[in-house]
Amino acid sequence: MSASHVLNFSAITKDDVAAAGGKGASLGELTRAGIPVPPGFVVTTYAFRESLLNIEQAKDFEGKISKLSGDDIAQVKAVADPIRELVRISELPKDLVEEISDAYNKLCTLSNVAEVAVAVRSSATSEDSADASFAGQQDTYLWVQGIDDVLNAVRECWSSLYSVDSVSYRRRRNLPEEGLAMAVVVQIMVNSKCSGVMFTRNPVNGDRSVLAIDSSWGLGSAIVGGEVTPDSFLVNKITQEVMKRSISQKMHQEIPNKDGKGVKLEEVPNQLQSQPSLSDSELLSLSTIGLQVEKHYNSPQDIEWAVSHTAVGSNEIFILQSRPETVWASKEVKPVAAPAEKAFMHVAAMLSAGFGPKEK
Amino acid sequence: MAKDGEIKSFPLPSSIKEIKGAEDWRSMYPYFSNFQPEDDNRFWFYNGMHFPEVMPPFDVVSAEVPYSAIGANTARMFSFPTTMGIEFRIVNGRVYITANPVTDPAQIEKRLSDFLQRAGHYYENWDSIYTGWQKRINALIKEIEAVEIPTLPDLEPMATIMETKGIASNHYVKANFHKCIELYGIMWQYHTEMLMLGYGAYVVFFEFCKKAFPDISDQIVARMVAGIEVTMYRPDDELKRLAKIAVDEGLDDLFVEGCKAATVLAEMAKRGDAGKKWLAEFEISKDPWFNVSNGDGFYHHHRSWEDDLTLPFSAMPRYVSMIKKGENLNRPTEKLKVERERITEEYRALLTTDEDRGAFDQMLGLCRTVFPFVEDHKFYCEHWFSTRFFQKIRGFGTLLKDRGVLEHEDDIFQLQHTEATQALTDVMLAWSSGGTEIGARHWRPIIAKRKEMQKALATWSPPPALGPIPKGLNDPAFRMLWGVTEETIMTWAMASSDAKEVKGYAASPGVVEGTARVLKNVNEIGDLRDGEILVCPITAPSWGPVFGKIKAAVSDIGGTMSHAAIVAREYGMPAVVGTGTATKIIKTGDKIRVDGDRGIVTILS
Repeated sequence: MSASHVLNFSAITKDDVAAAGGKGASLGELTRAGIPVPPGFVVTTYAFRESLLNIEQAKDFEGKISKLSGDDIAQVKAVADPIRELVRISELPKDLVEEISDAYNKLCTLSNVAEVAVAVRSSATSEDSADASFAGQQDTYLWVQGIDDVLNAVRECWSSLYSVDSVSYRRRRNLPEEGLAMAVVVQIMVNSKCSGVMFTRNPVNGDRSVLAIDSSWGLGSAIVGGEVTPDSFLVNKITQEVMKRSISQKMHQEIPNKDGKGVKLEEVPNQLQSQPSLSDSELLSLSTIGLQVEKHYNSPQDIEWAVSHTAVGSNEIFILQSRPETVWASKEVKPVAAPAEKAFMHVAAMLSAGFGPKEK
Repeated sequence: MAKDGEIKSFPLPSSIKEIKGAEDWRSMYPYFSNFQPEDDNRFWFYNGMHFPEVMPPFDVVSAEVPYSAIGANTARMFSFPTTMGIEFRIVNGRVYITANPVTDPAQIEKRLSDFLQRAGHYYENWDSIYTGWQKRINALIKEIEAVEIPTLPDLEPMATIMETKGIASNHYVKANFHKCIELYGIMWQYHTEMLMLGYGAYVVFFEFCKKAFPDISDQIVARMVAGIEVTMYRPDDELKRLAKIAVDEGLDDLFVEGCKAATVLAEMAKRGDAGKKWLAEFEISKDPWFNVSNGDGFYHHHRSWEDDLTLPFSAMPRYVSMIKKGENLNRPTEKLKVERERITEEYRALLTTDEDRGAFDQMLGLCRTVFPFVEDHKFYCEHWFSTRFFQKIRGFGTLLKDRGVLEHEDDIFQLQHTEATQALTDVMLAWSSGGTEIGARHWRPIIAKRKEMQKALATWSPPPALGPIPKGLNDPAFRMLWGVTEETIMTWAMASSDAKEVKGYAASPGVVEGTARVLKNVNEIGDLRDGEILVCPITAPSWGPVFGKIKAAVSDIGGTMSHAAIVAREYGMPAVVGTGTATKIIKTGDKIRVDGDRGIVTILS
């Protein structure tokens, strides 16, 4: 499988990090678990390596970079910038271009659009990819349309491996250049009516009986970027009741540019600003999917999601990404209470402590 | 709105102003219910849950007797480690209460060891003790039903002579009245006998759940514990049963919106065998299930369904029309049971350690053991027994009226029970001497003045609390019964009467908007219109049928297990309870939004 240039999500599992990168493997895993993920494919690390062979100077990259000191930014820049440019403008192998085009065309057919908008994201294989500081340095291109732009975005993603930040990061940590590779995820871009983040436990107090959902109008990037105060909901996992809802004034939203390239931040129409960005039925469907994801991974998850303006296939609600929740998971688990010799002794214990100031 | 920490005290008891026309209110109540100067140093809260109205003088019996029983139970029988009992005071006709904490660590330890032994005996033998309790309470109800109101003939019956009874009828005037008061005292001792322990078990489970699942709602904890077949649902179920029989027998035309009980019953008698059958079934339902108070059994004028058929008959047309439409009115008990177990199992599965699961099992097990008592005692004590009690006292009122002492039979409730004893003694003496009772001249002006004073006092809005804000307040009884915690107190402290928002406990989920109907008194229940939002000091179990009419419920007082909360969940409508001030701030006709998810009531216009 690792020899494939392009892999559909449905052909990828969580064990395919080496070929599909962390993000790609995760999207494949979700797709195979029956979670609604916007359809897409991965341009594998194999395709990356093969393309590098097309670049004459590539055999020297490893040697040049290995000699750099991560703290000498000027020196890193002097070496990395030209390499990055080489990767950015490199010509792709013909068969690879064909395979990507085929895969992209299938997405177009699937969504019944001549040139469907896709998100193109880098998907690193490094074990450190979970490290936020590194993950943040990889590129994401939103609302990319047409095969030429897709191919450009793929090269941009690859080249981000040779950004100054990325290179100096690797050097500072003394990570090997050998075997360095980058997969790229190409995925139908959901034209989000609203989007947001869902934790399958309360991120504030760790309660595992609830789902915490933040939601705002438009594309999810506005929430992650802190550009809006999202609506916030707590849904009980067991009874499906909405336990808390706080509807905020959502001033801004990100939407696709009219010319079809990229996204822009705009003001939310007045009458929508104070309206809940999720209906109760959307909230419930989303919660059900959240539970499905958590059950699949058997651990609390941190999920990015979107509700599409229009259905893609038979779905309107999509999971864009799921990661294990880490903050509470890393805390020491202490019992709240322990069994007593006899059940009623719990009452005695509470009553003895009854009048003290309450524990906070 | 003031910030945290700025408020140090609620109004002091001594600072409460008298109400014009009711300056002499103290003369209506026993001396020990008066606030004392040193009471200014303690925190008191208005027990609007049990006493939402001005106290008629006789009805103070339903404060002094229960508090006498509660304290006896926690302080002297079971030795609750950190609490003695509850004290009550009356100001401007309203009942305020406070708890006496035990704070000395050595004393707490000593009391704890006694508690373990004494409470342990009850907890470990709960089911058999409860079986015995049911026998005792049933016997007690029979006993009060058997109390006779003496008639005073011109001449004693021959039997008094021939059977050498040796005692004339007038003796029983006072003796039987005292018997009623005595039995009432025993009822309250039985009532608290198991209840405080029951609440303790519930609160301990509740607090555990709150720690393990900080977001868990009160109603979910209650759902894990609550019984499925609860006696308090039975009166309402009986109405549904009667509605079904009416439909099956072709009598449904009699139950139209606005039908009067007397008319329906008279028509029934003309409807041949079908009517006869319905009337027979009606009699079966009535005893005991119509012995359910329109209030909580604490006021003489909270009549039972049996005393006043208005409430049950106003619910019947709706049930009849639902049955005709083919709706199933039976509670889906099997489904509820399965759902309760599912919720419990899923929460249990989310616990992270074996220790937690072990503790959870113990606490939940204990809760479910005690809960049948906690849920069912109310019917036997507050409703059935108390209905009989007030009926008997009213009987003595009739006697006093017949003897010319009182103008109306209900005027007996304008006398403290000790004063009623005096009036009855007056009767005994007059009958025996062949003279005339002096009581009319003495009592009638007093009663007239008292009625005026109570009218004036009804205009007063009692503050939710009095005295300094306590440092720590975590009394299980207060929390369970009254929903009073540190947070509630802070909410009360911050509320001002021009607030547009009232906060309380989210008792039943959902959000609705509608027109408010503020009912300060249960007797105003007839004013309620379809689709209104009920705003009341506290709802009682017998209001159940009313919930079919309303969109949402809001109460001043009430905690996790308050009736408004339970019934609202049963009917699946939003409810906010324990607001402290809703009936003061919201006016009938206001457009309000009830947010049962967050516990907030907003006045929209």
